[in-house]
This record gives sequence, structure tokens and C-alpha cells, in this order.
Amino acid sequence: MRGRGGAGFTTGLKWEACRNAPGKTRYVICNADEGEPGTFKDRVLLTRQPDLVFEGMTVAAYVTGASKGYVYLRGEYRYLLEPLNAVLARRRQDNLLGKGILGRSGFDFEIEVHMGAGAYICGEESALIESLEGKRGVPRNRPPFPVTNGFLNQPTVVNNVETLAAAALIAAKGGDWFKSFGTAKSSGTKILSISGDCERPGIYEYPFGVTVRQVLEECGAKATQAVQISGPSGICIGPDEFDRRIAFEDIPTAGSFMIFDIRRDIFEVVRNFINFFAHESCGFCTPCRVGTTLLKNMMEKIAAGHGTRYDLDEIYKLNRVMQSAAHCGLGHTAGNPLVHTLEKFRPAYERRLKSLEFEPAFDLDAALSQARQMTRRDDSAAHFDSAQENA
Amino acid sequence: MSDQTFTLDDQEIPFAPGQSVMQAALDAGVFVPHLCYHPEFRPHGSCKLCTVKINGRPATSCTTPAAAGLNVESNTPEILDKRRTLLQMLLVEGNHFCPSCEKSGHCKLQALGYELGVMTPHFNLIYPDRPVDASHPDVLLDFNRCILCELCIRASAEVDKKNVFSLSGRGITKHLIVNAESGRLADTDFALTDKAAQVCPVGVILPKKQGFSIPIGRRRYDAASMSAHVDEFKPTAKVQEERP
Ligand SMILES: Cc1cc2nc3c(=O)[nH]c(=O)nc-3n(C[C@H](O)[C@H](O)[C@H](O)COP(=O)(O)O)c2cc1C
Ligand code: SF4
Ligand code: SF4
Ligand code: FES
Repeated sequence: MRGRGGAGFTTGLKWEACRNAPGKTRYVICNADEGEPGTFKDRVLLTRQPDLVFEGMTVAAYVTGASKGYVYLRGEYRYLLEPLNAVLARRRQDNLLGKGILGRSGFDFEIEVHMGAGAYICGEESALIESLEGKRGVPRNRPPFPVTNGFLNQPTVVNNVETLAAAALIAAKGGDWFKSFGTAKSSGTKILSISGDCERPGIYEYPFGVTVRQVLEECGAKATQAVQISGPSGICIGPDEFDRRIAFEDIPTAGSFMIFDIRRDIFEVVRNFINFFAHESCGFCTPCRVGTTLLKNMMEKIAAGHGTRYDLDEIYKLNRVMQSAAHCGLGHTAGNPLVHTLEKFRPAYERRLKSLEFEPAFDLDAALSQARQMTRRDDSAAHFDSAQENA
Repeated sequence: MSDQTFTLDDQEIPFAPGQSVMQAALDAGVFVPHLCYHPEFRPHGSCKLCTVKINGRPATSCTTPAAAGLNVESNTPEILDKRRTLLQMLLVEGNHFCPSCEKSGHCKLQALGYELGVMTPHFNLIYPDRPVDASHPDVLLDFNRCILCELCIRASAEVDKKNVFSLSGRGITKHLIVNAESGRLADTDFALTDKAAQVCPVGVILPKKQGFSIPIGRRRYDAASMSAHVDEFKPTAKVQEERP
């Protein structure tokens, strides 16, 4: 099984690395920060199947030797705290948690729910751990990774809610059962949070390998212009790619599936995404802190009708720097919605360009008016257009 | 010195266990651009000026442990271009008017700009509104130039044990604040002799009552680029004060 939280890391390897790392105490953390726009599957799992998720955490504890687990719950899901605590209390009573679980001496495991700080970046596993330790949610330098130096510098497994639920099912029904779903490279099923322009938005579970087209048909999407898969940082595809498959080897996804029909303006969709990243950047590293705002400003310039082809090239350049130099996944991928749609939906941008050549963001000649006033000049050489012609 | 080595731009760099790629390079006299790194503090990894490629993949050299056989690219046209863009990002993020800055010539941001050939800020200026704090009798804080390297925060917390500075906000609104109810430096126990008063790579934390005692043009990085000062950045170097 590969992780369902986005990065797709092999869960077994992660658990094994944690088990083999030297440490006093080991921790299992369930990542329920669910901050990606367009996703709500973890909320549904925690509402409808909390036992399955806790069971997965307990299995992870059994395998890794962890004695303490935390559920890092998104701030907006505060209303789930009491129901989850009630389930935990029942599990404690049933000896599914606590000391000597199910009579196995030495198998001690406790779970606590911790409320998140309400920032998207706290879903990144090392920022999550910082936040859990009571610090600012800023991603750590890696290496070392959480499996060796995680919570309180101890070996720690961080897994997505859905990963843990699936792990519980694998423990009960076996690996072969799990492998009977999905493709050769992507075992099992994937829960999709479907939203946007369709008749039946909501939670859908498919075996890996399902085509985008089938999903669109089954949720009643019509006249679809684009689908944004795996959130703003994921991939945006148009109708010519609807036969592609949801799978690690084709279109990987953490679960967000946003549908935009032909009435939508893709440029505005992307502009929203860029604003989201500029707002959620934690501000730690230069490329993301400044780069996301520069991208946002460029989108504004284009929206205001001052954009040119030169600005489009600038977007690519900024994206390259962010992709290679940013500190964490947020900065690496923040330019994705822009570059994907620039490739596939270019008319949405070009329609707005003032000219396809360079165009300054402001009126140069007007900017010179104060200087003209001060120097008491108003001859043709003191005006930008004519000065340029004379040159 | 151990006999383990890695390659940086075709040069063999020896390293000791536990050293980062950048520490090993600096120790070998090979300069890697940096702003948030300081030999007396743990690596921070935020400015990203030290970005290199290791075995073909981008990496932050101040936080990546050295390992035998790594292939590190540093001064390639592609990486230099990215570093220039990062410098330009820092220049437009703050308000950097070098001709009136007391730190000019001692400033690492400016020095790297000259060294890497950054001739303009390139992007549209963001013009943040960051009022100065002149409340302290001996020290002026000009936040306009802050690049958020957190060196003053780290120095004040770890060396001075005073915790005078911290950060507030996120994204582009992130900014340095003074830990006092009033927010004013005068209402802290900050002193000119603090380590935190000596580590700022740019012109934020400046001593009062001494202006331009060394004329511009004859300052540290006016005479020779940052890379020519590589010995001062070695992990073992006793670091000179960053103050003019
Ligand atoms: C900016 C950012 C936000 C993230 N948000 C989440 C999240 O809300 N939930 C989640 O499970 N993983 C999130 N991740 C991925 C985690 O860092 C981590 O890879 C994941 O929790 C591992 O779980 P898995 O192996 O079960 O997939 C985020 C990553 C980044 C870079
Ligand atoms: S990439 Fe963005 S979110 Fe990640 S550490 Fe840098 S500033 Fe913070
Ligand atoms: S004041 Fe100077 S040392 Fe402190 S964070 Fe800003 S740039 Fe760094
Ligand atoms: S010196 Fe490495 S990130 Fe600043």
C-alpha cells in the first residue's frame, strides 16, 4: 500500500523504518488536517468510520512498537472532538486501547486527539509535528525525517486518515484481498471528494485505475471543461485527457476532484488557487514567501489587462525557482495550476493580454509628469513616447 | 580531516562526519553563497541562496549532510540564475535603498547582488510598510531591510538568553517583531553588546551615534567580494562583527 495523503510513500517501508530507528518512545500520528481545497473525505471517514481509523493507528502501533498516538484534527472539525473522544473512551473500556491491549502483555497504546492550528501548512508532516510540539507550524529541514526524528525527536509515523483506515482493513482481510482491487502498481481503492459542476457531488470510492471519464459520468458532470485533480497543487486536465486513469502511475491524487464546466473562467479559477497559496505560504523560505505573492501580483496585472507574453514567460521562470528552491511541498507545487493551465488552456490567458509584446504595468509617460513639472519642461523630448521615437 | 570526499564543480572536497555540504565546501576554501547561514549557529535553511544540485536534484547545501561521492553542482549558469532570482525576490520584498543605508558595503545581500551580477530588482517592488523603531538609545531598527533570516532571533534566544525578537504573520506579511508589550526595542533589555546586535547580514540592527565612520567605497565588500572573504565563513572561523 502507498500513502493516501498525497506523497504516495509506501506505508510498509515507513513503518519499518520507524520500528528500526533507535528511540525511547515511538509515535503514530494520524494526519487529519485535511486542508487541501476540495477535499472532505477524511472528515467523512472520521464521522462514519472512526473505529476503523483508530484501529489502523493501533495496528501501526503494534507493528512499529509505538506507545502513543495522536490524531491531528483540523481546527474546522472541532465539532468532531467529543464524538471521537467518546469512541476512544469506548475502545479503552473494551481494552482496544490502554495497557495490554486484548490481553497481549506489553502491547500498550493510547490515542489523543489534538486540535490543529487552522493553517494549511500544518498538514505537511514536519510542520504538523512542530505544531503538535506547541511551536509555529513551519516545515523542518530534512533529513532527518520523522521516521527517525519526529515528535519530540523520537521515531514517528505520520499517516493520512484514509491510509490508516485501509491499513486496518488489510490487517483484517489480508494483502491479497487488498491487491485484488486496483492496478498492478496501485493496489486498493481511492476515496475521491467530488465537488464543482456535477449533479451528484460527494464522496466516491473507486478501485485505482478508474478513468476520469467514468468518474465524470457517474457523478453527473456535463459539458466539463476541466478537472482539477488532487487540489490546487495537483494537475488540471481538459477533455482530451479524460481517458487517463486515477492511479499512482498516471494521475496520483490525495482525493480532491474539482469539476469545472464550460461556463467557468479557468483564469479566475487559477487566480483563486494562486491567492490561496500566497495566503497559506508559511513565509519561512524566500522562494515561496515572495514567489507566491509575485505570482499573485502577475495574475492581477493580467486580470487588469496589463499582461503580455513577457509576463507569461516570467511566470515560468518564477515557477522554476520555486519548484527547485522552495523548502517544502507547498512552495514546490504552488505554481502548478498556473503552468498546467498555461499549457492546456492558453486562450484563457491570451484573451486578456494587452499586447503579446512587452507592456509596462504602469503608464511611463504619466509617471514622468511630476518630473516635467519640476523641470518646467513640456517639449517633445520630455515625453516618453516621443523621446523613444527620437532615440 | 578525513579521507572521505565529494565533488563540487569538479573539485574534490574533503569533509568531516557531521558536516553539511556547505560547511565542508567553506572549510575547503570554496565559497557557496549564503545569507541565513552563520558559522556560530545551527543551519537554518530559509534564504535558499545556497541552493545547489546534488546528484542532479536541487538541494539546500547548508542543511544537507555531506556524504562520500556526492556530485554537487554549484556555479553552473542554471543555479547562478536561480540565485539571482532569489536575491531579486529579497530586494523587492523589502525597501532597499542602498545609497542611504549605513550597512552599504558591509551588507551581504548587497555583496551577493554585486557578486552574482544582479543589476536591477527586476520584479515590481512590493513596497511593504514597515515603520522603523528608533526607541532604543543605542540601536536603530530599520525593518525595511529585514530578510527574515532569523539570525537575530536565534542569537538573542540562544546566546544572549533574552528572546528579544520573534516573527509574526505568515507568507509575505511575515515580519520581525520585538517581544515587548509595547513592541518597542526600548522596552526590552536589548543592549548594543548583545550577540543579536552583531549578526544581521543586512542593515536592520544598526548602532546609533556613529554614521559612516568608514566611507562608502572602502568597506569590507567594496574592496573584495563575499567569496574573497571565504575564510571568515569557515565553520571554525571566529566571526568578525557584522557591524560597520
Ligand atoms: C503543504 C502540504 C499540506 C499537506 N496537507 C496534508 C493533509 O492535510 N493531510 C494529509 O494526510 N497529508 C498532507 N500532506 C502530506 C503529508 O506531509 C504527509 O506526506 C502525509 O500525511 C503522509 O501520509 P501518507 O503516507 O499516509 O500519505 C501535506 C503536504 C504538504 C506539503
Ligand atoms: S515552501 Fe512555503 S510553505 Fe513551505 S516552508 Fe517555504 S514558505 Fe513555508
Ligand atoms: S533583523 Fe537582520 S538578523 Fe534579524 S531576521 Fe531580519 S535580516 Fe535577519
Ligand atoms: S544559507 Fe542555506 S538556506 Fe540560507
